[in-house]
Amino acid sequence: MWGSASEFFAMGGYALYVWSAYAVCLALMLIEPLLARRHRQQALRDAGRAPDGRSDD
Amino acid sequence: MNQTMRWSTFAAPSRFYRLAAALNPWLWGLAIVLAAAGLYVGFFVAPVDATQGNSYRIIFIHVPAAWISMVIYLAMAFWAAVGWMLNARMASMLARALAPTGAIFTFIALWTGSFWGKPTWGTWWVWDARLTSYLILLFLYLGFIALVSAIDDVVRGDKAAAVLALVGAVNIPIIYFSVRWWNTLHQGATISMTKAPSMAQTMLVAMLLMTFAFWAYAFAVVFTRAQALALERERDTDWVRSLAGKEA
Repeated sequence: MWGSASEFFAMGGYALYVWSAYAVCLALMLIEPLLARRHRQQALRDAGRAPDGRSDD
Repeated sequence: MNQTMRWSTFAAPSRFYRLAAALNPWLWGLAIVLAAAGLYVGFFVAPVDATQGNSYRIIFIHVPAAWISMVIYLAMAFWAAVGWMLNARMASMLARALAPTGAIFTFIALWTGSFWGKPTWGTWWVWDARLTSYLILLFLYLGFIALVSAIDDVVRGDKAAAVLALVGAVNIPIIYFSVRWWNTLHQGATISMTKAPSMAQTMLVAMLLMTFAFWAYAFAVVFTRAQALALERERDTDWVRSLAGKEA
Protein backbone atom coordinates (compact mmCIF):
# COMPACT_ATOMS: atom_id res chain seq x y z
CA MET A 1 0.00 0.00 0.00
CA TRP A 2 2.80 2.41 0.87
CA GLY A 3 5.50 2.73 -1.78
CA SER A 4 8.15 3.95 0.67
CA ALA A 5 8.67 5.03 4.25
CA SER A 6 8.46 8.70 3.31
CA GLU A 7 5.15 8.05 1.59
CA PHE A 8 3.92 6.44 4.78
CA PHE A 9 5.00 9.38 6.93
CA ALA A 10 3.46 11.85 4.50
CA MET A 11 0.03 10.19 4.99
CA GLY A 12 -1.16 11.40 1.60
CA GLY A 13 -0.75 15.03 2.68
CA TYR A 14 -2.44 14.56 6.06
CA ALA A 15 0.75 14.02 8.06
CA LEU A 16 0.16 17.03 10.35
CA TYR A 17 -3.33 15.87 11.32
CA VAL A 18 -2.75 12.14 11.63
CA TRP A 19 0.57 12.34 13.48
CA SER A 20 -0.54 15.17 15.79
CA ALA A 21 -3.53 13.07 16.81
CA TYR A 22 -1.47 9.92 17.37
CA ALA A 23 1.46 11.67 19.08
CA VAL A 24 -0.68 13.30 21.77
CA CYS A 25 -2.61 10.07 22.33
CA LEU A 26 0.61 8.10 22.72
CA ALA A 27 2.22 10.69 24.99
CA LEU A 28 -0.76 10.76 27.35
CA MET A 29 -0.98 6.98 27.43
CA LEU A 30 2.69 6.76 28.38
CA ILE A 31 2.58 9.49 31.03
CA GLU A 32 -0.62 8.37 32.78
CA PRO A 33 0.58 4.87 33.77
CA LEU A 34 3.92 6.29 34.93
CA LEU A 35 2.14 8.78 37.19
CA ALA A 36 -0.24 6.11 38.50
CA ARG A 37 2.67 3.80 39.24
CA ARG A 38 4.57 6.59 41.02
CA HIS A 39 1.45 7.36 43.04
CA ARG A 40 1.29 3.72 44.18
CA GLN A 41 5.00 3.59 45.05
CA GLN A 42 4.68 6.81 47.04
CA ALA A 43 1.67 5.39 48.91
CA LEU A 44 3.63 2.24 49.71
CA ARG A 45 6.60 4.28 50.99
CA ASP A 46 4.33 6.48 53.12
CA ALA A 47 2.69 3.40 54.59
CA GLY A 48 6.08 2.01 55.56
CA ARG A 49 6.98 5.14 57.48
CA ALA A 50 6.52 5.22 61.24
CA PRO A 51 3.10 6.60 62.24
CA ASP A 52 4.62 9.26 64.54
CA GLY A 53 5.49 11.35 61.53
CA ARG A 54 9.19 10.55 61.54
CA SER A 55 10.39 11.19 58.01
CA ASP A 56 13.99 10.25 57.51
CA ASP A 57 14.18 9.77 53.74
CA MET B 1 -18.13 -7.22 67.55
CA ASN B 2 -16.24 -4.15 66.57
CA GLN B 3 -13.32 -6.35 65.62
CA THR B 4 -15.29 -8.46 63.13
CA MET B 5 -16.98 -5.41 61.59
CA ARG B 6 -13.65 -3.84 60.85
CA TRP B 7 -12.28 -7.02 59.44
CA SER B 8 -15.00 -7.36 56.82
CA THR B 9 -14.81 -3.73 55.68
CA PHE B 10 -11.03 -3.83 55.41
CA ALA B 11 -10.97 -7.21 53.74
CA ALA B 12 -12.35 -5.91 50.46
CA PRO B 13 -9.55 -3.42 49.63
CA SER B 14 -6.86 -5.97 50.52
CA ARG B 15 -8.50 -8.55 48.27
CA PHE B 16 -8.87 -5.98 45.53
CA TYR B 17 -5.20 -5.04 45.87
CA ARG B 18 -4.06 -8.64 45.40
CA LEU B 19 -6.43 -9.24 42.49
CA ALA B 20 -5.25 -6.09 40.71
CA ALA B 21 -1.61 -7.03 41.28
CA ALA B 22 -2.23 -10.44 39.71
CA LEU B 23 -4.17 -9.11 36.72
CA ASN B 24 -2.13 -6.05 35.82
CA PRO B 25 0.82 -7.71 34.02
CA TRP B 26 -1.66 -9.60 31.81
CA LEU B 27 -3.66 -6.45 31.11
CA TRP B 28 -0.52 -4.54 30.07
CA GLY B 29 0.60 -7.39 27.84
CA LEU B 30 -2.84 -7.57 26.27
CA ALA B 31 -2.95 -3.80 25.71
CA ILE B 32 0.42 -3.80 23.94
CA VAL B 33 -0.31 -6.83 21.75
CA LEU B 34 -3.77 -5.59 20.77
CA ALA B 35 -2.54 -2.06 20.06
CA ALA B 36 0.29 -3.40 17.88
CA ALA B 37 -2.17 -5.56 15.93
CA GLY B 38 -4.68 -2.72 15.66
CA LEU B 39 -2.10 -0.24 14.41
CA TYR B 40 -0.77 -2.77 11.93
CA VAL B 41 -4.22 -3.43 10.45
CA GLY B 42 -5.11 0.26 10.63
CA PHE B 43 -2.03 1.54 8.83
CA PHE B 44 -0.93 -1.35 6.62
CA VAL B 45 -4.04 -3.38 5.80
CA ALA B 46 -7.02 -1.00 5.86
CA PRO B 47 -7.36 0.78 2.49
CA VAL B 48 -7.34 4.51 1.97
CA ASP B 49 -10.77 6.12 2.32
CA ALA B 50 -12.36 7.18 -0.97
CA THR B 51 -13.51 10.60 0.23
CA GLN B 52 -11.30 11.42 3.23
CA GLY B 53 -7.98 10.04 2.05
CA ASN B 54 -5.62 9.01 4.83
CA SER B 55 -6.96 11.54 7.35
CA TYR B 56 -9.66 9.01 8.28
CA ARG B 57 -7.01 6.86 10.02
CA ILE B 58 -7.52 9.07 13.07
CA ILE B 59 -10.74 7.07 13.60
CA PHE B 60 -8.73 4.16 15.04
CA ILE B 61 -8.00 6.17 18.19
CA HIS B 62 -10.80 8.75 18.07
CA VAL B 63 -13.79 6.40 18.25
CA PRO B 64 -12.34 3.97 20.84
CA ALA B 65 -11.35 6.89 23.10
CA ALA B 66 -14.81 8.45 22.78
CA TRP B 67 -16.61 5.17 23.52
CA ILE B 68 -14.46 4.38 26.51
CA SER B 69 -14.69 7.87 27.97
CA MET B 70 -18.47 7.53 28.07
CA VAL B 71 -18.52 4.00 29.49
CA ILE B 72 -15.96 4.99 32.13
CA TYR B 73 -18.21 7.87 33.15
CA LEU B 74 -21.13 5.49 33.68
CA ALA B 75 -18.87 3.11 35.61
CA MET B 76 -17.61 6.01 37.74
CA ALA B 77 -21.17 7.14 38.51
CA PHE B 78 -22.19 3.55 39.28
CA TRP B 79 -19.32 2.87 41.71
CA ALA B 80 -19.70 6.29 43.31
CA ALA B 81 -23.39 5.51 43.90
CA VAL B 82 -22.61 2.03 45.26
CA GLY B 83 -20.00 3.51 47.58
CA TRP B 84 -22.42 6.14 48.76
CA MET B 85 -25.49 3.94 49.30
CA LEU B 86 -23.87 0.75 50.57
CA ASN B 87 -20.98 2.49 52.30
CA ALA B 88 -18.61 0.27 50.32
CA ARG B 89 -15.22 1.91 50.56
CA MET B 90 -13.54 0.12 47.65
CA ALA B 91 -16.39 1.23 45.37
CA SER B 92 -15.76 4.90 46.20
CA MET B 93 -12.04 4.39 45.63
CA LEU B 94 -12.76 2.84 42.24
CA ALA B 95 -14.91 5.83 41.30
CA ARG B 96 -12.03 8.16 42.19
CA ALA B 97 -9.56 6.00 40.30
CA LEU B 98 -11.70 6.03 37.15
CA ALA B 99 -12.01 9.82 36.89
CA PRO B 100 -8.52 10.77 35.62
CA THR B 101 -8.52 7.98 33.02
CA GLY B 102 -11.96 9.04 31.81
CA ALA B 103 -10.81 12.64 31.60
CA ILE B 104 -7.73 11.67 29.61
CA PHE B 105 -9.74 9.59 27.12
CA THR B 106 -12.21 12.49 26.78
CA PHE B 107 -9.33 14.84 26.05
CA ILE B 108 -7.87 12.36 23.52
CA ALA B 109 -11.22 12.11 21.73
CA LEU B 110 -11.57 15.90 21.62
CA TRP B 111 -7.99 16.41 20.46
CA THR B 112 -8.06 13.72 17.77
CA GLY B 113 -11.53 14.88 16.69
CA SER B 114 -10.21 18.38 16.25
CA PHE B 115 -7.32 17.17 14.12
CA TRP B 116 -9.78 15.14 12.08
CA GLY B 117 -12.34 17.94 11.78
CA LYS B 118 -9.86 20.42 10.35
CA PRO B 119 -9.11 18.49 7.13
CA THR B 120 -12.64 17.05 6.73
CA TRP B 121 -14.91 19.91 7.88
CA GLY B 122 -12.45 22.77 7.45
CA THR B 123 -12.66 23.73 11.12
CA TRP B 124 -11.03 22.67 14.40
CA TRP B 125 -14.19 23.15 16.41
CA VAL B 126 -17.90 23.88 16.07
CA TRP B 127 -20.38 24.56 18.85
CA ASP B 128 -22.82 21.91 17.74
CA ALA B 129 -24.75 19.46 19.90
CA ARG B 130 -22.31 16.53 19.76
CA LEU B 131 -19.14 18.52 20.36
CA THR B 132 -20.64 20.78 23.03
CA SER B 133 -22.22 17.96 25.04
CA TYR B 134 -18.97 16.03 24.77
CA LEU B 135 -16.97 19.04 26.00
CA ILE B 136 -19.32 19.10 29.01
CA LEU B 137 -18.24 15.51 29.71
CA LEU B 138 -14.66 16.74 30.10
CA PHE B 139 -15.84 19.44 32.52
CA LEU B 140 -17.83 16.86 34.50
CA TYR B 141 -14.69 14.76 34.90
CA LEU B 142 -12.61 17.77 35.89
CA GLY B 143 -15.33 18.88 38.30
CA PHE B 144 -15.39 15.44 39.91
CA ILE B 145 -11.60 15.45 40.31
CA ALA B 146 -11.58 19.01 41.68
CA LEU B 147 -14.36 18.18 44.12
CA VAL B 148 -12.73 15.09 45.64
CA SER B 149 -9.39 16.83 45.94
CA ALA B 150 -10.95 19.92 47.55
CA ILE B 151 -12.72 18.04 50.35
CA ASP B 152 -10.28 16.71 52.95
CA ASP B 153 -12.83 14.53 54.71
CA VAL B 154 -12.76 11.34 52.62
CA VAL B 155 -16.33 10.22 53.33
CA ARG B 156 -17.82 13.66 52.68
CA GLY B 157 -15.76 13.96 49.50
CA ASP B 158 -17.03 10.60 48.27
CA LYS B 159 -20.64 11.61 48.90
CA ALA B 160 -20.37 14.97 47.19
CA ALA B 161 -18.61 13.39 44.23
CA ALA B 162 -21.30 10.71 43.96
CA VAL B 163 -24.01 13.38 43.70
CA LEU B 164 -22.07 15.20 41.00
CA ALA B 165 -21.37 11.98 39.07
CA LEU B 166 -25.01 10.87 39.18
CA VAL B 167 -26.41 14.23 38.09
CA GLY B 168 -23.86 14.44 35.30
CA ALA B 169 -24.79 10.98 34.01
CA VAL B 170 -27.75 12.65 32.24
CA ASN B 171 -25.19 13.98 29.79
CA ILE B 172 -24.22 10.53 28.49
CA PRO B 173 -27.45 9.77 26.56
CA ILE B 174 -27.45 13.38 25.38
CA ILE B 175 -23.99 12.89 23.85
CA TYR B 176 -24.94 9.54 22.36
CA PHE B 177 -28.19 10.66 20.75
CA SER B 178 -27.07 14.20 19.89
CA VAL B 179 -26.23 13.20 16.33
CA ARG B 180 -29.82 12.01 15.87
CA TRP B 181 -31.69 14.68 17.79
CA TRP B 182 -29.98 17.73 16.32
CA ASN B 183 -28.45 18.72 13.04
CA THR B 184 -24.74 18.40 13.37
CA LEU B 185 -21.57 18.32 11.38
CA HIS B 186 -20.59 15.18 13.21
CA GLN B 187 -21.32 11.94 11.43
CA GLY B 188 -23.76 9.41 12.89
CA ALA B 189 -22.90 6.42 15.02
CA THR B 190 -20.05 4.40 13.54
CA ILE B 191 -21.44 1.10 14.72
CA SER B 192 -25.14 0.47 15.02
CA MET B 193 -26.98 -2.57 16.29
CA THR B 194 -29.54 -2.48 13.51
CA LYS B 195 -27.54 -1.59 10.43
CA ALA B 196 -24.55 -3.20 8.80
CA PRO B 197 -21.37 -1.22 9.56
CA SER B 198 -20.82 1.54 7.04
CA MET B 199 -17.12 0.88 6.77
CA ALA B 200 -14.74 -1.60 5.20
CA GLN B 201 -14.22 -4.83 7.12
CA THR B 202 -10.53 -4.18 7.76
CA MET B 203 -11.22 -0.66 9.04
CA LEU B 204 -13.72 -2.13 11.48
CA VAL B 205 -11.25 -4.80 12.61
CA ALA B 206 -8.59 -2.16 13.29
CA MET B 207 -11.03 -0.03 15.25
CA LEU B 208 -12.22 -2.95 17.37
CA LEU B 209 -8.65 -4.08 18.10
CA MET B 210 -7.80 -0.57 19.24
CA THR B 211 -10.95 -0.48 21.36
CA PHE B 212 -9.95 -3.69 23.16
CA ALA B 213 -6.40 -2.39 23.56
CA PHE B 214 -7.71 0.82 25.13
CA TRP B 215 -9.93 -1.24 27.42
CA ALA B 216 -7.03 -3.34 28.66
CA TYR B 217 -5.04 -0.14 29.18
CA ALA B 218 -7.93 1.50 31.06
CA PHE B 219 -8.37 -1.46 33.41
CA ALA B 220 -4.63 -1.64 34.12
CA VAL B 221 -4.13 2.04 34.84
CA VAL B 222 -7.34 2.35 36.88
CA PHE B 223 -6.33 -0.70 38.92
CA THR B 224 -2.92 0.84 39.62
CA ARG B 225 -4.51 4.09 40.78
CA ALA B 226 -7.09 2.25 42.89
CA GLN B 227 -4.25 0.31 44.52
CA ALA B 228 -2.55 3.59 45.43
CA LEU B 229 -5.79 4.96 46.91
CA ALA B 230 -6.35 1.75 48.88
CA LEU B 231 -2.83 1.95 50.33
CA GLU B 232 -3.37 5.57 51.35
CA ARG B 233 -6.75 5.04 52.96
CA GLU B 234 -5.88 1.79 54.68
CA ARG B 235 -2.41 2.72 55.81
CA ASP B 236 -3.15 1.90 59.44
CA THR B 237 -4.21 -1.66 58.67
CA ASP B 238 -2.18 -4.83 58.95
CA TRP B 239 -2.30 -5.74 55.28
CA VAL B 240 -0.85 -2.39 54.20
CA ARG B 241 1.80 -2.51 56.95
CA SER B 242 2.91 -5.97 55.92
CA LEU B 243 3.02 -4.94 52.24
CA ALA B 244 5.04 -1.84 53.06
CA GLY B 245 7.32 -3.93 55.27
CA LYS B 246 8.01 -6.36 52.45
CA GLU B 247 8.79 -3.50 50.07
CA ALA B 248 11.26 -1.77 52.40
